[in-house]
Amino acid sequence: MSEIDWNNPRLKVRGLRKHFDQKVVLGGVDLEIYPGQIVALIGSSGSGKSTMLRCINLIETISDGQIWLEGEDISVAAIDQDLVRREIGMVFQSYNLFAHLSILDNITLALRNVQGKTKAEADKIALAWLDRIGLADKAESYPDKLSGGQQQRTAIVRAVALNPKVLLLDEVTSALDPELVGEVLELIRDLKQTGTTIIMATHELSFARDVADWVVFLDKGVVAEEGEAAEFFANPKNQRTKEFLSRLQR
Amino acid sequence: MSDISQFKPSAAELERRRFRAQKRSRSIMVSLVSTLAFGLVAWFALTSTPGWSRVNASFFDWNTAVTAFPKVLDGLWLNLRVLVFAAIGVLIFGLLLALMRTLRNPVFFPLRIFSRAYVDFFRGLPLIIVLYLVGFGIPGLRLPGVGRISTELLGVIALVLTYSAYVAEVFRAGIESIHPSQRLAARSLGLSYSQSMRLVVLPQAIRRVAPPLMNDFVSLQKDVGLISILGAIDAVRAAQIQVAISANFTPYLVAGLLFVLLAIPSIRFADRITEKFAKREQVGNAL
Ligand SMILES: Nc1ncnc2c1ncn2[C@@H]1O[C@H](COP(=O)(O)OP(=O)(O)O)[C@@H](O)[C@H]1O
Ligand SMILES: [Mg+2]
Repeated sequence: MSEIDWNNPRLKVRGLRKHFDQKVVLGGVDLEIYPGQIVALIGSSGSGKSTMLRCINLIETISDGQIWLEGEDISVAAIDQDLVRREIGMVFQSYNLFAHLSILDNITLALRNVQGKTKAEADKIALAWLDRIGLADKAESYPDKLSGGQQQRTAIVRAVALNPKVLLLDEVTSALDPELVGEVLELIRDLKQTGTTIIMATHELSFARDVADWVVFLDKGVVAEEGEAAEFFANPKNQRTKEFLSRLQR
Repeated sequence: MSDISQFKPSAAELERRRFRAQKRSRSIMVSLVSTLAFGLVAWFALTSTPGWSRVNASFFDWNTAVTAFPKVLDGLWLNLRVLVFAAIGVLIFGLLLALMRTLRNPVFFPLRIFSRAYVDFFRGLPLIIVLYLVGFGIPGLRLPGVGRISTELLGVIALVLTYSAYVAEVFRAGIESIHPSQRLAARSLGLSYSQSMRLVVLPQAIRRVAPPLMNDFVSLQKDVGLISILGAIDAVRAAQIQVAISANFTPYLVAGLLFVLLAIPSIRFADRITEKFAKREQVGNAL
């Protein structure tokens, strides 16, 4: 892997706040991620992980702060949100695939309609990805014929096939049966090899320790602690972090 | 896994099957006998009424039926043409109204209000009044450069105005029934609002509302008979003329039966897709 240019983060977030009415869900969060990195966003339920990712993807209107993608401020009011979303992929917990489209068409839909590729080009890209995740024989199947793990892997591949600058994964394994979690994590591990830049909200702590370059612990909408994965898990400093880790790591 | 061809039902299972078969044949007998008994009673009740012979002569006259049939059939052809154009118009206009209703941007507030007011208004207004207003109001305007508007076209306009309101509600329900996460997933792939609507939401919504749409189509199919009040020589009007000529009501029966025959394929088709849809839903729920 090439050397990381520490002066040019792929994505940079400064002072991000999000209020719902009087409720402060994000209270000024900073974050940066460099090309090819994986950042794991951890924290108990309700700590603001999903909101954070949704703000980055401009699904939520932020209450304050700024977000830069490759140096360009994407939080200005006049930004073309559709253009930004073409650069930032996002995969949700569940209900991801389009029920009326085959697996192949799910992946090619945006390749064709957003990136303007021909059907042949799009099919080629999609089939290569399906082959890679071992689902080539399911190309013509519909989502309801696939297991949850297969569906979620397809959803991730559908986002990755567009070559996003940053891929946001919001607890992509949380809705899955335990025996299906492994195959999805395996895919994410594989994506790291291809140099995909990923921010993932997750409860899979041992996985985060394994693959993440950086871990951010959100607590009540603020970053309580962050650090390199190995160090973070080995020597948590913050009391809240320790409590959280001991609760989940038994 | 054991082989199904080796399977021999136990005595207990055989006894259960015998009992069920017996019960089934008994139910069939009971329903046959009761249907027959009911039919006979109804027939005797009808034919023993004091006016039966008169009604029989004026509603069930074979010769009148034969004379009226070709004329009424001619009229039905007009109904069919009106039906086709009205159905196409209703689908397009109904869908537009539904889409207006779903626009969230404040800029489109007037469109949203228009759609809502339109639907309220035309769902409440009796079709026959719409027919009168359109059928006699529009020609009364003497629109410059338009000339005489055919009664068929006026009928189509009135039907489209009324039925679009119903169909818009059906489409809207369908659009709203698609889980928001589907649109979210589409947007996060970079598809625009209208692309998400066209490529992701609408295809699923339309599939889902196919059964209620077919039901509206079946109603439309018989309501095309109402255009006769505008003076178009459709099946109903043709029957009316024949009634006047023969001083016998049989032509109405002929027209009525033709409408039923016309509707049966649509009704069967509606049942079929409803059933298919119900089955798919069950599979979905089981997973
Ligand atoms: N649309 C919303 N309106 C009001 N409150 C919300 C909304 N979305 C999220 N929240 C609140 O924000 C907090 C953080 O939610 P979320 O970002 O989903 O947390 P996490 O993903 O870490 O579990 C929760 O308390 C939640 O109730
Ligand atoms: Mg969440």
